[in-house]
Amino acid sequence: MSEISKETVEAHWNETLSLMKIIMLLWVVFSFVVHAFAIQLNSVVILGFPLGFYMAAQGSLIAFVVICFWNAKAQNKIDEKYGVAED
Amino acid sequence: MKEGSDFISNLGRIYGTYAGGFIGFVLVLAVLEQLGVPNKILGYLFVFLTIGVYAVIGWMSRTAQLSEYYVAGRRVPAFYNGMATGADWMSAASFISMAGGLYLQGYDGLAYVLGWTGGYVLVANLFAPYLRKFGQFTVPDFLGVRYGGHIARSGGVLVLFCASFTYVVAQVFGVGIITSRFLGISFELSVFVGLLGILVCSMLGGMRAVTWTQIAQYIILIIAYLTPVVWLSTKKYGIPIPELTYGQALQDIAALESKLGILKGHMAAFADAKGQFSWDKFNNFFALTFCLMVGTASLPHILMRYFTTPNVRDARMSVGWSIFFIFLLYFTAPAYAAFAKLEVYSNVIGQPIASLPAWVQNWQAVGGMLTIKDANGDGILQLAELVINQDIVVLSTPEIAGLPYVVSGLVAAGGLAAALSTADGLLLAIANALSHDVYYKMIDPKASTVRRLVVARALLVVVAVVAAATASTRPSGIIQMVAWAFSLAAAGLFVPVVMGIWWKKTTNVAAVTGMLVGFFICLYYLVMTRYYPAEFKALWGTDLWFGITNISAAIFGMPVGFLITWGLSHVTEAPSKEMQDFVDSIRRPKGAVAWTKDAVHE
Repeated sequence: MSEISKETVEAHWNETLSLMKIIMLLWVVFSFVVHAFAIQLNSVVILGFPLGFYMAAQGSLIAFVVICFWNAKAQNKIDEKYGVAED
Repeated sequence: MKEGSDFISNLGRIYGTYAGGFIGFVLVLAVLEQLGVPNKILGYLFVFLTIGVYAVIGWMSRTAQLSEYYVAGRRVPAFYNGMATGADWMSAASFISMAGGLYLQGYDGLAYVLGWTGGYVLVANLFAPYLRKFGQFTVPDFLGVRYGGHIARSGGVLVLFCASFTYVVAQVFGVGIITSRFLGISFELSVFVGLLGILVCSMLGGMRAVTWTQIAQYIILIIAYLTPVVWLSTKKYGIPIPELTYGQALQDIAALESKLGILKGHMAAFADAKGQFSWDKFNNFFALTFCLMVGTASLPHILMRYFTTPNVRDARMSVGWSIFFIFLLYFTAPAYAAFAKLEVYSNVIGQPIASLPAWVQNWQAVGGMLTIKDANGDGILQLAELVINQDIVVLSTPEIAGLPYVVSGLVAAGGLAAALSTADGLLLAIANALSHDVYYKMIDPKASTVRRLVVARALLVVVAVVAAATASTRPSGIIQMVAWAFSLAAAGLFVPVVMGIWWKKTTNVAAVTGMLVGFFICLYYLVMTRYYPAEFKALWGTDLWFGITNISAAIFGMPVGFLITWGLSHVTEAPSKEMQDFVDSIRRPKGAVAWTKDAVHE
């Protein structure tokens, strides 16, 4: 570990923290914020689905899958950028 | 099972052949049904042949090596670990009860769908890669190393035991319902038949056997779940994509609701029985969603699956695959519920009771899961006269909709796969915590490999038998027990693990105090409101704190635990430089873990 400088460690962690905050924000939006407006969204109906119901039954789920894969990709990129990825 | 690189590189072909073989098996049974083979025989074939397959995999994966037994040799590829996690995760609650909950509660039941998927964002982002880098055997291992020893480790084991045991009882209960219905034997006896099914997979091969069995179980459970809904979607609307067509079913339900005079619509959000907006429903929906998500990220049987990947990068990717495989079932569940409801509203309600088909009697025989009372004595079934338990909606829908019996058998096999795979993961988590953390780390650190494996297996059997005995007393509904397990794990484990990774200044005293206080507040609320409501009311002057039901008990325990951990960390002595270096080392994939000098590790 001695070959990784203190500055690199800090810069790597700061960027990881920013990514973490973005992901947590998206998580809050798709887990709670959207559904707080379920009643209002339900007045929009697409293909028979009231939008509020749809978001809780499918929409947010699709978002979660995308977020998880994107998170893995983005974090790998950060690790490679600072040379702390696995050999 | 030979597990050289040969085996790993051929996984696609092995499981592809297996899936094809299973579909062939179902088709053969379908032909047999048409030839007049009785339903009872078909039920037996489904139950025993699938359990037989799991037993064979379990036997072939037996092992005498510790790292194989505890973490499957750490060479499970991301994609397959995702599939195994899917089976580990989707239990009797997801498979048997969730669509039933949606059937009965409509929109409010979606808290389960959201809660049980969104938690993976937390797992992916906050936990999995760091725990993989840490690279030991169990979650209490992490607490023990990060928070300096036996007290933290014991606290972790206590929370793990309470949460996982509650959870496993629910699974054994689910196995009991299925085997009792499809083998036609008593519920109490079925529980112990199910127990054998659980033990044959896990006892000899530990995590290695459970991993390869869970992948096989995932394949069965997903085929079983999708088949009836795809069938119904095609039959009703001509398109085999139920996730798309159930919008039409929702509209048909709404039309029937107004005809039947139902005030609370299926799609109405946060509505009380009269269909009016209710703050109570609103608060409980979000409290439950939150607890299930945080609980997801705290359940040791899930977290320990990410110990089995070859490296950190694979651990991250495998969380993505996990939620993808889980998503396939979860975004179908609301469709399943909608089609089931439509069938019942249009083909069962309003029929003469005397002419109802055989499935009614069959389900009435399984301990009060379905009751029909002709309240007004007119011989016609009214909506209010049919009481259907949420735990049988999924299992009975194929029969209600008049699909061939082979579909019912398939669904039963899927439910069994879901319950068995989760029960295996949970039992292993409990037995490993007891054998590895309590016996090896605290009681006899000099124990030999052989002795450690003997202890691990003996404990596995003991815990399994106790769980079955508890389940045979029918303590509560499946989904409720499972939600309790999530709250207990969320209140006790989330804070110490997340802060241990993400905040270097978290101290030993603070973490242990926060963990225990959070956990006991949650446990107190749960036990008091469930078993001593009168005493609770006398003390607090209310039935429930803020009207929140006890399945979301972590909403009180977890924040208090967090505040205590945060506050006490400021007034107790900061962690040593050594400990901070250790935290740094698990935050990056490269390099070795910088163990502190008192850390005991493999």
